[in-house]
Order: sequence, then C-alpha cells, then structure tokens
Amino acid sequence: MLQSVIQLTMFIIALALALNLWRLCIGPSLPDRILALDTMYINAIALLVVFGMHEQKTLYFEGALLIAVMGFVGTVALSKYLLRGDIIE
Amino acid sequence: MSFLLEVIISLFLLLGALFALVGSLGLTRLQDFFMRLHGPTKATTLGVGGMIIGSIIYFSAGDNALSMHELLIALFLFITAPVSAHIVGKAALHRQIACEERTRNIPWQQNGDD
Amino acid sequence: MTSFARKKVFPHKLLSLFMLGVWLVMSNSLGFGQWLLGGFLAWAIPFFTQSFWPQSMVMNKPWLAIRFLLLVLWDIVVANAQVAVLIMGPRQKLQPAFMRIPLELKQDFTITLLANTISLTPGTVSVDLQMNEGYLLVHGLHVTDVDATIAEIKSRYERPLKEIFECSNP
Repeated sequence: MLQSVIQLTMFIIALALALNLWRLCIGPSLPDRILALDTMYINAIALLVVFGMHEQKTLYFEGALLIAVMGFVGTVALSKYLLRGDIIE
Repeated sequence: MSFLLEVIISLFLLLGALFALVGSLGLTRLQDFFMRLHGPTKATTLGVGGMIIGSIIYFSAGDNALSMHELLIALFLFITAPVSAHIVGKAALHRQIACEERTRNIPWQQNGDD
Repeated sequence: MTSFARKKVFPHKLLSLFMLGVWLVMSNSLGFGQWLLGGFLAWAIPFFTQSFWPQSMVMNKPWLAIRFLLLVLWDIVVANAQVAVLIMGPRQKLQPAFMRIPLELKQDFTITLLANTISLTPGTVSVDLQMNEGYLLVHGLHVTDVDATIAEIKSRYERPLKEIFECSNP
C-alpha cells in the first residue's frame, strides 16, 4: 500500500511543479517569476525526499539539503539584484 | 513494517502533498503579486514539513534506528522561507508592482497623506 | 578592533548549543567522535567570528520561550488550514490590505524573529521594515478589520518576544 501512496504523492508534487512552471512562464512581473522559482525548489526538495523513500535510500537527503541551501541563496541574490541592481554591496 | 505505521506515514505524506499542491495553486490562481506571496510561504513550507515527518518515521522504522537528519531540511526551510518571502516582497515594493484595486493602504499611493 | 585579551571563551552560548545540536542531527549518530568534533566546531566558529557579532543574545525567560514556540507552531498549522481555505474559496471576496505595525522592539535579532513569526502565521507576510520610522509593513491576504489585526499581532507575538528577550535591559 505504501508504495502506491508514495507514487500518488509524487504525482501530486509533479502537478504542483507543473502549476509553478505555468506561473514561471506567464509572469507577468519579475518578482512573480522569482517567487515561482522559489516555490519550484521547495517542491523539488519534497520530490527528492519522497523519491528517497521510493528507492529506500537515504542518499537523496544530501541532495535535498543542498537544494535547500542553494535555492535560498539564489532567491536572495535575484531579489537583491532587483532591489539594487547589484548583488554584493 | 506494521499496517498502522504505514497508515500514519501515508497520512503525513498525503497531507504534505496536498498542502504543497494548495500552495502552488495559490501561486497560480490569486490575482496580484502580494496575494500570491502567501501561498508558497505558508502552505508549501508546511507541506514539505509533513512529508519530512513521514520520511523520518519511514526510515526510523525501516532501520530500527532513529533517523533525524531529514529534520534539518525542515528546520532550514522554516527559517529561510519567511526571509525569502520578505526579500521578494521588498523587491516587488521597490518596483511598485501593480496591486489589486481593492487592496487598502497601498504604501506608494498614500505617501502624500501621512 | 577587539584585542585578544577581551575575547570571551564562549561568546554566544545558545548559538554554540544550537550548532552542536545541528551537527549531531546532521551526522545522524551520537558517537563519541561526533560529540568531540561537533563540540569543537560549536566552540571554534563563534569564537573566531565573534568580532562580527557584537550583540550577544540574552534569553531571560526560557520557559516563556518554549511556550511561545509551541504557540507559534500551533498557529502555523492553523494558519495553513485557513490560508488553504482562502485559496480554494472564491477569490473575488478576498480583502487584501497593507498594515503598518509600529515596533516596540529595539534589537535586530528580536525584530527578525517577529518578522519571521508574522510571515509564518495567519494570512500575513511581512514585506518591508522601516527602521528609522519604526514600523513593519505587513501584507494581509484577507483582513476584515485592520486595527484589530494590528492589535492582535502586537499582543500575541510582540509582547512575549519583548518579555523573553528585552525586558531586563530596558
């Protein structure tokens, strides 16, 4: 039973990622797109965690943690660029 | 793995996935940027939290040893999600993104009155 | 420049404890070697970077802090249910509003905590901080009464934070 629930969860997250991709495409403004990217990386973390359960390996945890760290830095850098036109002041 | 444990894990997974979906739906469906900001920061973060609790129970029960390191992802997300929402919102304020008509107290429209 | 003689051995005790905890959780074991390595890192990193962190955090009432943490965790779950209902519901009926919350808090760390708490709880996201005018700009997804919401945020989140971190040194 658990395997099919895990697959259903992965399907729902994939649906959420598709919705984010739609927002990323239609915009309409730059902060909207940054927000869509931000949500996409959070959903990607969720997908990786569930995929690790599907494969029964803890290996994917490191990948998820790396995405969490790098995604946050990426969001802040992009927003900072919009705010100042410069990333490192 | 016992049946009861499987049911608990499934509940957490499905609840988390539904919250993630609702957050993304909010991002797609709501009308202006500042309203869209609410969906991802709250629902998606809690969704990931739910899935991570499921994963902790799964791996702890599978190996018969407490496996807590997924908790770090949840901790990190709960610290960073408000910060990234704040800074994206700040960028949007700076660019004066168009708001819905019915939003009250729009900051750049009332600079004259107070 | 801080001279070496004035450096404290443990400049940020809570931060050190937190780092040790994170290290043990990350390495996923409680072996002796992990305690040793984590303890060394938890001492060394705050010690060698202390000139970047002049303000030391003081927690006056730990029990109140735990109560506040539980309150916030509960509010996060409730907030998510509410926001989920709002998102799924009819979107024309939503009444978004910007609110200015005047701040009584003084320290950077406490204001950061307040802003994060506001972002994670019912229908509100903090979007801008005006330090020199002393207010926090908050966007609410569905606000029926602006003044009541401001008063609730102030009594529910700001006052406990002020008691926990700032009361002893007014």
